[in-house]
This record gives sequence, structure tokens and C-alpha cells, in this order.
Amino acid sequence: MSSSTTTVPASGALPTVKLDRLPMLLLPVLALAALPLVGSVSSWVTLTFAGLAMGMIIFIMASGLTLVFGLMDVLNFGHGVFITLGAFLAVTVLGRAAGWTESEHLLLNLAAVVPAMLLAMAVTGALGLVFERVIIRPVYGQPLKQIMITMGGMIVGQELIKAIWGPQALPLPLPASFRGSLLMGEAAVEKYRLIAVALGLGIFAVLFWVLARTKVGLLIRAGVQDREMVESLGYRIRRLFVGVFAAGSALAGLGGVMWGLYQQTVTPEIGAEVNVLLFIVIIIGGLGSVGGCFIGALLLGLVANYVGFLAPKVALFSDILLMVLVLSWRPQGLYPVVKR
Amino acid sequence: MMFNGILSGDLPRSRVLGVVLIAIVLGLLLTPFLLPGAKALNVAAKICIFIVLVASFDLLLGYTGIVSFAHTMFFGIGAYGVAIALNDLGPTWWAVAVGLSGALALSLVLSLVIGLFSLRVKAIFYAMITLAVATAFQTLASQLSDFTGGEDGLSFKIPELLSPAFSLREQPFLGVALDGRLISYYLLAAVTVALFLLMLRIVNSPFGRVLQAIRENPFRAEALGYRTVVYRTASNVLSAGFATLAGALLALWLRYNGPDTSLSFEIMINILLMVVIGGMGTMYGAVVGTTLFIIAENYLQDLLKLASGAVSGVPVLRDLVHPDRWLLWLGLLFVLSVYKFPTGIVGKLRARVRGAA
Repeated sequence: MSSSTTTVPASGALPTVKLDRLPMLLLPVLALAALPLVGSVSSWVTLTFAGLAMGMIIFIMASGLTLVFGLMDVLNFGHGVFITLGAFLAVTVLGRAAGWTESEHLLLNLAAVVPAMLLAMAVTGALGLVFERVIIRPVYGQPLKQIMITMGGMIVGQELIKAIWGPQALPLPLPASFRGSLLMGEAAVEKYRLIAVALGLGIFAVLFWVLARTKVGLLIRAGVQDREMVESLGYRIRRLFVGVFAAGSALAGLGGVMWGLYQQTVTPEIGAEVNVLLFIVIIIGGLGSVGGCFIGALLLGLVANYVGFLAPKVALFSDILLMVLVLSWRPQGLYPVVKR
Repeated sequence: MMFNGILSGDLPRSRVLGVVLIAIVLGLLLTPFLLPGAKALNVAAKICIFIVLVASFDLLLGYTGIVSFAHTMFFGIGAYGVAIALNDLGPTWWAVAVGLSGALALSLVLSLVIGLFSLRVKAIFYAMITLAVATAFQTLASQLSDFTGGEDGLSFKIPELLSPAFSLREQPFLGVALDGRLISYYLLAAVTVALFLLMLRIVNSPFGRVLQAIRENPFRAEALGYRTVVYRTASNVLSAGFATLAGALLALWLRYNGPDTSLSFEIMINILLMVVIGGMGTMYGAVVGTTLFIIAENYLQDLLKLASGAVSGVPVLRDLVHPDRWLLWLGLLFVLSVYKFPTGIVGKLRARVRGAA
């Protein structure tokens, strides 16, 4: 365990935590190991970008989940509802703006997609506030009830979505200028995957900055490690938690828009299905760790795509296999969150 | 008293509950005579099968305090075991025995492995792991199409005694034809009663008390010298075994099995709802919850159809009471019951008695 990672230096400098680089190496090692197996460089590039794009979208959806768990020990089985809602809001907005999305002009496309994402984030974030207040707050500290009540919240949410949008699958076509692929030498990389990777990196950077460089981030990290200590210093951790919950829900909504565009069809079950992947990712990463969640999501995306290319039958279990391998190496996940 | 012995000393302890239980049992036994037609018999048979399934889930959730999302996996293993054996070996009792024992063996090994690996950790962890495993298993079942029939599932013949073509007597008895269907139904009902009483016996044994102690306070139970991991795993294995048996009954009754009938996550949600609405940790809750839920599933839609006809002019309300949205209302009932009466219908009825006394 990493309880001895804090070193006391001889000089007057502040004690620092040694950075655990081993999990970070997994990604390049995995990618390089896959290269000879895949054989051709061009398909390797395509697969790697597909994996990274999938991983980034999953990370966006999972980051809120892992923080919420780390902060308050709340595992939200209803997280999928926010994803579904985000995707359906995108269907509505992009459907209304069909003239703009079908235009070849990039700016018009963006003028349709960006508001769709913002609206999805605003609505799911606001709903997250309500969800926290109505569903989760009464059952703090009761894990059994929490699991059931968030599951119940998901059933009701999913049924409400069916009542509004209908139970059938709806198409969510990509805007015109996001379609097609770019040629990088021999390799074809879909444009949307590049966009997803860029957006994912951007969000990771913002999250990382907030958590590492701002006071709110400091409090969140401190709260994850030792809630009572932070409270005894006079900070209202509940209020912080509500904020994190809403932000996590908003990110889930954004992830829902992106996941829907990635799949190009949206069903009312989309969130519940992807929820399983999210759980695997946050377990791999170490419950409560955003960095671990990031690496876990990318690992999962890469493995899913490589295995899907090399052995399609095995790909159905690649997620579980990956989880078993990671947990047998580090039973608490890649970055175990030290709790007092 | 005789009843006391049969019910393992765990009486309903509420007059209303007693009456309700007697009504359910009589209703199930007399269904073929009171409500002719295939639909009523199918509903009654489904209630019987799910009573076993939900009671076995109650053993895990209500008595041991473990949330598992892999319960339908074991249900599916039982159903697929019988289905595959009857499909490959032909409609004999021998095939049923082979399929059932194979399925039980697989369930026991799987539940033992999952239990030993992940019951040491937090409840939430276990819930997530079982969710992932169950999803993988469902994919496996629909992918191995040579073996399981894939998404289409398997239709098969059952032993002659149970098949609809078999007839015990030419003349109908009290207006009901004595065919294989009727024999199947009563066999099913008898097995249900036997399995339910067995589970009641288990939870009221010293072993069952330890399970409840673990549910209430695992640290104290451990401190008293009980190896909680062993007991939790045993409870996991037992409940998986009963779920497998329920699955086998389902396959025999339907003469068909596919991923949607026995493995889908929807069924998992449904049994969770049945246990909680009926009352966790009471066993009788499984009977009440299952009956209520399955009747609602089959007849609430008709009621909603009436309601949506009445409000067809009101835009939002019309969609909310659409017949396909019955799960919405049961979901709300579920959320409410977790908050307001966590002990479910049975707990509520028993509390009323205690309040009056």
C-alpha cells in the first residue's frame, strides 16, 4: 500500500508525495505491445485513435461517478439516467437544428452542437441537484438503501424518458463536417474520434487544474481522504458534495451527448448499458481517484479496440478480463485512495 | 401445533397477513378451476416460479444484507441447463435430471468463486462486480448460439407426462380437461411449496440466525466467533442454488428458454422490486410482493389503458398513464417503499399488530 509514500525531507521543504508512475506506463506499453500483434501500422493507428476516443468519452462520463463516491461513499447506480438524458436532449436539439447540422459549414455545425452540449449539461446538472436532494440525501451512510434507491431512481428516470421521447431507438447523425475520416499517411482516422480525444483531453486538463490548483479542488481532495477532518476545520463538506454531484451529473450529460454521437443511435437503455463500463473503469482506477479513472478509461478503450480487432469473440469479455488482471495486480485499483 | 411445525415456527404474526397468504395459496391452487383459459394459468405459474426466485433473493438481500445483481444469472443457468439438455438428449426425465444437476453444479461453482473473491469487500463493490459478471454472462449466452440458440433461444419438447397432448382421463373433471398442462401446473405448485418451506426452514435455523446477525452487525458477528465470509458465501451459494431450481421450473413450464425470458437485467430489477415491496427479510414478503407485482404486470396495463382512455386529451398525463409505462408506477412505489416502509408490506402489517397489542 502507499501509506509510506510521504517522505520527510531533511531540509525545510514541504513533504511531497512521490508520484506513482507505474500505472501511467501501462498505456504506452499496451499500445506498443499491440503494434506487432495488429501487424500493420495503419490499422494500428486507426485502432489506437478509436480506443482513445472511446476511452475519453467514458472518462467524461465516469469522472463524476468516482469523485462522488470518493467524497461521500455514495455510489450512484442511477448515473446512467443523466447519460441517457443528455443523449436524448442532443437528439431533440440537433433534430430542431437539422438545417445547420446538414450544412457543410463547420461554424454552422458547431452552432448546433455546442448549444446542444451546453443545454444537456445545464439540464442534467440541474437534475443532479434535484436527484441529490430527493433521492440520495435521505439515505446517506446506508449503503444497502443507497444501492436500491439509486437503482429505483434509474427505473423511474428511464421510464420518464420513455414517456417523453418514446421507447424506440432514435437516430442521432453526426453533423456533416464531423463525418468522414482524415488520412494520416496510410491510416484513416475518423474526424469525430479526433474531436472526442481533443475534448476529452481538454476536460481532463480542466478537471486536473481545478483539483490540483484551486482551493475548491484542494478541499475536494482533502474531503476524499478524510471527510471529518475537513469538516472540523469549518468547511461544509455537504455543500461541496452537492456541487461535485451536480458537476458530475453535468459531465455525464455531456458524455451522453458524445456517446450518442459516437453510437449514432440513442435508446432509452443507453445509459444503463454504459453504466456497467463506468463501474469497471472506476474500479480499475481505484474508487475516488480521478487520475486512475482517466487511465482506466483509456486502458479499457484501447483494450476493447485491440481485442475487438484481434479476437472479436473475446472482445465481449475484454472489460472483465482487464478488470480481473488489474485487480490481481493492485486489488484496490491502479491508484488506491488512502482513507483514514 | 401442526402449522407451527410446517412453517418452522415462523408464523405470519398478523391476522391480515395470514388471511392474505391463505387467499394467495387458495387462489393459486384453484386457478385452473376458477379462471379457465391459458392466460390465467400462465400468470399463476409465473407467480409460483417467481415466489421461489424472489424468496431465494430475499435469503441473500433480506437475511444476509448482500446486494447482488447476478441473481438472474443463476436463474438463467437453471433454465438453460434444462433447455439445453432436453434439446440435445430428447424429452426424457433423464435429460431433465442431467440438465438440472449440470446447472446446479455450475451455479454452485460460480457462486462460490464470486463469493470467495468479492464478499470480503464492501457491499457496493460486490454489487458492482456482480453487475459486471451478469452482463458478461448474458453476452456469452447470446453469443454461443450453437449451444444456447443465441437471441432466438431454444424451444424443446418436455417429458410426455407434462406435455399438453397427454391426457389422464377422457372425461373432464369439474369442467377442466385433465391434461399434461394441468399436471405440470400442480407439480410446479407442489415444488414451489416444498422449496418455499425449505427456505423458511433455513432462515429460521441457527444458521439463519447467524446470517441475520451478520446483516445487523458484521463486526459483532465476527467478534462472536462466526467467520462472516464463510457464512456470507454459504448464503450466496444457497440462494444461487434455489434460483437455479426456479430457472429449471421456468424452462419446464414454458418449453422455451432465451436470453430475454430468464437472463435479462429487467428481470433482475423486477425481483428487486418484488422483494422490497413485499418486505425484505420476511420470506412471506416474497409471496406477497411477487403476487402483487405479477398481477400488476399483467393486469395493471389493462387498468392504465382505461385511465389513459379517460385522460387522452391531457398531453403530459396521457403519456404518463400509457399502458406501457406500468413500470414507472411500480418504480415510484419501490422508491417510496424504500423510504417510507423499508420493511415492506409484510413489515407494515406486522407493525400494526404490534402497535395494537
